[in-house]
Amino acid sequence: MAEIAIKGVAKRFGGFTALHQVDLTIADQEFMVLLGASGCGKTTLLRIVAGLETPSQGEMWIGGRRVDHLPPRDRGIAMVFQNYAVFPHLTVFENIAFGLRMKKLPQQEVERRVNRTAELMHIEQLLKRYSGQLSGGQRQRVAVARALAMEPDVILMDEPLSNLDALLRLEMRAELKGVLAASKTTTIYVTHDQVEAMSLADRIAVMHQGRIVQAASPVEVYRNPAARFVGSFIGNPPMNFLPAAKAANGSWSVAGLTLPGPKSDRQAIEFAIRPEDVEAGEAGLPAIVRVIEPLGPHTLVTCDVEGGLFRAVLESSATVAVGDRLRLAPKPERIRWFDPETTHAI
Amino acid sequence: MTGTHMSAIAEAPAAAATADARKAGDWLLVATAILLCVWVLLPIYLLIVNALSSPQEVTAFPKRFFPSFDIGSLTFFINFAGVARALWNSVLVATLTMILSIGFGAPAGYALSRFDFPGKETFRFLVLMTRAFPLPLLALPLAVMFIRTGLDDTAIGLALVHTTLALPFAVLITFSLFSGIPVELEEAAWTLGCTRWQAFRKVILPLALPGIAASAVFAFTISWNEVFAAAVLTIENRTLTAFLLQSLGESPLYLKFAGGAALVVPALIFIFAVRKYLFAMWGIANR
Repeated sequence: MAEIAIKGVAKRFGGFTALHQVDLTIADQEFMVLLGASGCGKTTLLRIVAGLETPSQGEMWIGGRRVDHLPPRDRGIAMVFQNYAVFPHLTVFENIAFGLRMKKLPQQEVERRVNRTAELMHIEQLLKRYSGQLSGGQRQRVAVARALAMEPDVILMDEPLSNLDALLRLEMRAELKGVLAASKTTTIYVTHDQVEAMSLADRIAVMHQGRIVQAASPVEVYRNPAARFVGSFIGNPPMNFLPAAKAANGSWSVAGLTLPGPKSDRQAIEFAIRPEDVEAGEAGLPAIVRVIEPLGPHTLVTCDVEGGLFRAVLESSATVAVGDRLRLAPKPERIRWFDPETTHAI
Repeated sequence: MTGTHMSAIAEAPAAAATADARKAGDWLLVATAILLCVWVLLPIYLLIVNALSSPQEVTAFPKRFFPSFDIGSLTFFINFAGVARALWNSVLVATLTMILSIGFGAPAGYALSRFDFPGKETFRFLVLMTRAFPLPLLALPLAVMFIRTGLDDTAIGLALVHTTLALPFAVLITFSLFSGIPVELEEAAWTLGCTRWQAFRKVILPLALPGIAASAVFAFTISWNEVFAAAVLTIENRTLTAFLLQSLGESPLYLKFAGGAALVVPALIFIFAVRKYLFAMWGIANR
């Protein structure tokens, strides 16, 4: 049982604040992904959980134990590093056995665990090699096997797939998901790749400028972004935003279209819609087609709406040409509204 | 269109000029390299040729291009009174220097590579600055101080002086060495159950050992070659360099050559063995 609780953790490097008062609870056996652009504080947060970085304030709890004063070795964690950190002077076998030998397990148990995890990661035939003789993907497997062999309560992964080529990344992603689910450990996984985050996570914590903006299931994060940043960061292409002016109480004027919306004291808010949630039809947002990108299953159309950029994903059967004037009708149930000042969803 | 055409015409002679300049630059580079090689290698060549010639050949003219491999001068030199003792002193002092420089230098190099602390850059600069003080300037006060403390004419006393000479290099070499070992390896060891010391011993040390050995050999060589402090600070327990300075002044030429070779050749071999790490110290890749 290893529930992780991060309570009011902040980190400052000199005058720079990497993390502002982060609170996050991760359930036992949950797969939590920290997602954000580089420099958002996600790796710092992971390193604080690991004990490689000391928080400037706040508390870290793992499995009901306060750990922020404990060194990494006493936290019941194992970590997979971005550059794998496979020890170059040891064989693959000794790499995987390293932590087990530190625990002073009997030789028989060491062998059993190394062989089991090596089999799990499909590297049985590499046990006698050194890391210099391995490919990037194989090193990655060794690093994961080394972490799994520890049978830790928590596995921490810092962009483990970012150094692999695209095809290998896809393969490893599926494999990791299966292996980690079977191992029943709590996982924190750091990535800047939203597809990776969506496909692996039970929950995604989207981070921005040292804060967790939203922590929710992948579908929730995608469908109901808690803040404008989440909508603009997640989804490829990202959400479209248009200014909305108050028409009446609970009704807003967007690019000449009057739409029912939330009740608000503000005179202007922001209207948001995902590119795939519009349909070309008789009525809707007036759009002038600028760029057409056929992608196979559908066609990505970049338009001008009220002088701003607006992307729409249309059926690939739709016949459009550059310069066409379209009417893009947003699906009413998919429309989201944001407060322009707080940037939060309304 | 016309614009590109005109600039193309203008570019042609300019390109030719740069090509010429580059060619001249290449020649200059090659010439300089040859000059430097001759500057370094010619004395060594003459030294070795003469050391391996019989006493008569050394003073004879014209010189032979290849030595006769007569080891008469060398054997005479080895059996010369006091040489064996001086050789022993040199080895002793150099070994002590080596132990002291690595003992102090490697931890400093590790700290520089792994920790950020106020004044780090100043410290690195000061480490180099210690080399800016000419030894002759320090020798007299040092001699006085050594006589007062009873360190004069001892191997450990001289080794301390040599350590101050070798330490900056030991710090810089080990600094670049430890910096070349990813910090993640150490962090991985911590997460796998190591204390800081265990991680150093089980992961960092095995990886750094060849480089540390190289830096030790370099410290040894610095002490082996050093003559000024050795001559000033020792009387009875002279090292080989100081001994040769004192006794070979009035020796026949062939003995000087033999003595010179006995000093230079081991140093050359040591430096050659550790050249990779010396390049690394200055940040030049040599692979």
